[in-house]
Amino acid sequence: MSSRKSKSSNLIQADYVSQVQRILRERFCHQSPHGNLFGVQVQYKHLIELLKRTAIHGESNSVLIIGPRGSGKTMLINHALKELMEVEGVSENILQVHLNGLLQINDKIALKEITRQLNLENVVGDKVFGSFAENLSFLLEALKKGDRTSSCPVIFILDEFDLFAHHKNQTLLYNLLDISQSAQTPVVIIGLTCRLDILELLEKRVKSRFSHRQIHLMNSFSFPQYLKIFKEQLSLPSIFPEKIFAEKWNENVQSLSEDRSVKEVLQKHFNVSKNLRSLHMLLILLLHFWFCLGNMLALNRVTPSHPFITAADLMEANQLCSMDSKGNIVHGLSVLEICLIIAMKHLNDIYEEEPFNFQMVYNEFQKFVQRKAHSVYNFEKPVVMKAFEHLQQLELIRPMERTSVNAQREYQLMKLLLDNTQIMNALQKYPNCPTDVRQWATSSLSWL
Amino acid sequence: MLHLENMVLCRESQVSTLQSLFGERHHFSFPSIFIYGHTASGKTYVTQTLLRSLELPHVFVNCVECFTLRLLLEQILNKLNHLSSSEGECSTHITCEIFNDFVRLFKQITEAENLKDQTVYIVLDKAEYLRDMEANLLPGFLRLQELTDRNVTVIFLSEIVWEKFRPNTGCFEPFVLYFPDYSIGNLQKILSHDHPPEYSADFYAAYINILLGVFYTVCRDLKELRHLAVLNFPKYCEPVVKGEANERDTRKLWRNIEPHLKKAMQTVYLREISSSQWEKLQKDDTDPGQLKGIKGSVETVTRDTSSVITHNQDTKVHTKEHV
Repeated sequence: MSSRKSKSSNLIQADYVSQVQRILRERFCHQSPHGNLFGVQVQYKHLIELLKRTAIHGESNSVLIIGPRGSGKTMLINHALKELMEVEGVSENILQVHLNGLLQINDKIALKEITRQLNLENVVGDKVFGSFAENLSFLLEALKKGDRTSSCPVIFILDEFDLFAHHKNQTLLYNLLDISQSAQTPVVIIGLTCRLDILELLEKRVKSRFSHRQIHLMNSFSFPQYLKIFKEQLSLPSIFPEKIFAEKWNENVQSLSEDRSVKEVLQKHFNVSKNLRSLHMLLILLLHFWFCLGNMLALNRVTPSHPFITAADLMEANQLCSMDSKGNIVHGLSVLEICLIIAMKHLNDIYEEEPFNFQMVYNEFQKFVQRKAHSVYNFEKPVVMKAFEHLQQLELIRPMERTSVNAQREYQLMKLLLDNTQIMNALQKYPNCPTDVRQWATSSLSWL
Repeated sequence: MLHLENMVLCRESQVSTLQSLFGERHHFSFPSIFIYGHTASGKTYVTQTLLRSLELPHVFVNCVECFTLRLLLEQILNKLNHLSSSEGECSTHITCEIFNDFVRLFKQITEAENLKDQTVYIVLDKAEYLRDMEANLLPGFLRLQELTDRNVTVIFLSEIVWEKFRPNTGCFEPFVLYFPDYSIGNLQKILSHDHPPEYSADFYAAYINILLGVFYTVCRDLKELRHLAVLNFPKYCEPVVKGEANERDTRKLWRNIEPHLKKAMQTVYLREISSSQWEKLQKDDTDPGQLKGIKGSVETVTRDTSSVITHNQDTKVHTKEHV
């Protein structure tokens, strides 16, 4: 009887867990528009005012939203658009065009995309236009309402704005900004970019038509606010159906955010990178460790090893987050390859980072091998060459210039892309490292 | 799912990490996952096996095969179309030349009933070749979930670390997962797994032990070791087959095979001679020094034709880099 009860409670537990997973995953993996804005209230107000002025009063505007990657530019604009659409009478009237610099790689494609998004494909039909400007103005004319006195305001959102500045003559930017300055149709041009020097990329004629309005998102929150964000991101919303479970969960999250070791981990993370995306990465790993599978269960249902998140899960997640990837690659190299890396390290020490070639590395390696006790590493030169080429394939060493047909491979100059601390750290962790190799790593001289 | 354990040896924790990353079918997964590790560490195999056994909708593309943008995009779209269409329906070939059209067509295809509410996975193998293609391709794929507004996850498999992929102005950072190399115990376990049925597992395990003893300091690549194991096993069994020794006579077997393995390191391992030549060599028991490998036959050719080559051409041929 008790086993049946515990089985049913396990099932209920698994159900809650699945719901928790769904909510948290949507929060971390998918940019849901329901999230809260952290620390960008001022910028948000500025943006929403601008949008309202165009949508309701018919003013034309242009603005650039500048901020590092992951600072919330797209989230900001999505929030603003959502709020705008809720204002009465706006949503039927206004048109949105979303362009992205990664997708529309030249102006022709951009123009086709604008036509498509404005649903004017059949209006344009097979017309041939003389210039870009003609085409664009035709499109905007076509948007005029029945009485031809006013036309629908259009919101142009240009993501990866700096990529548009690399197009030929910056035609798209010039024409869009030209329209925003002239009195044709009310448009607002919103550019999102991660480059602070975006204005230097614009041509003079484009820059002069731009209103120089910039909204900066600077991730300007402090560590206590970061902690608060951490807590909010992990807490379940009040609309969660199982109230008791949600309460217990939120209490657990509260106690977790007050734990000292958790604070230390978050402080380290905060010092490296403030943006919320890296926090989300850490939280995804946290979810994974909470869920650590002891055995691979059938079905897609997975059950966690313990009911609530603990600080130990966060420790493990942090460790995984801050791994040195090159160190991991060195961990998997064979002993011969490690010997070659140590030989390169010694060459770098002696010749102060001058480039070397395979023959020099081989000579250095031979000096090690010829000490009597180390004849076990006496491999043939082609075998050593193969190991060297494997290192090149892994991009741990790089040729100084492109492979030329005239030079022989053994004499091509290379550079090592690992530094001494990385090598020594990797050697510490290297499994079954022979002692003589380890000793050779610390000193290239032998006093025997 | 117990058979998954048997199919994928020594990779339990990676499988469990991937499973928890995938989550349930209709949940959102992280938009992009980057898996790196040495060659032959099981990245492609584990990902494919896991996606197939969980029956998640996925498309597997190798970037070495699809060396142009068009090939890559068309392959993904057509495979996806194949997945989404019902049986018996013959779908037309989709053409796509630019990334913008790819996004638009992708959105159309994933509206299909059987792809609608689940995460679709696109796996790009040998992703380091993406860096040499168009500049917008890698950042575009990293953000595919955002660009298409669909539940899609792109998995990148590569040997090179993520830091070398990052574009200049930054990009959407993927979830980075490391596939560790196999330890010597793991290698032994995996290599002993494919022992031929005629001999006992212990006999084969002893052979693998000897093989690893010779090659482990030089090479840890599982594919190479497997290839060498298969090539040299007949020579190892020779004394047993001829009746000179029985399966337990380890010293005799060792003395027989050890010089042979050392020769293998200088020839077959370096691909100086082909594996079919090596097998012939084992049958005839000749000295590999006499064998004219690829290098040898080219030298013979140059020696034979040197009489018709003038002096200038002659120096060019002899100072050119070896083949």
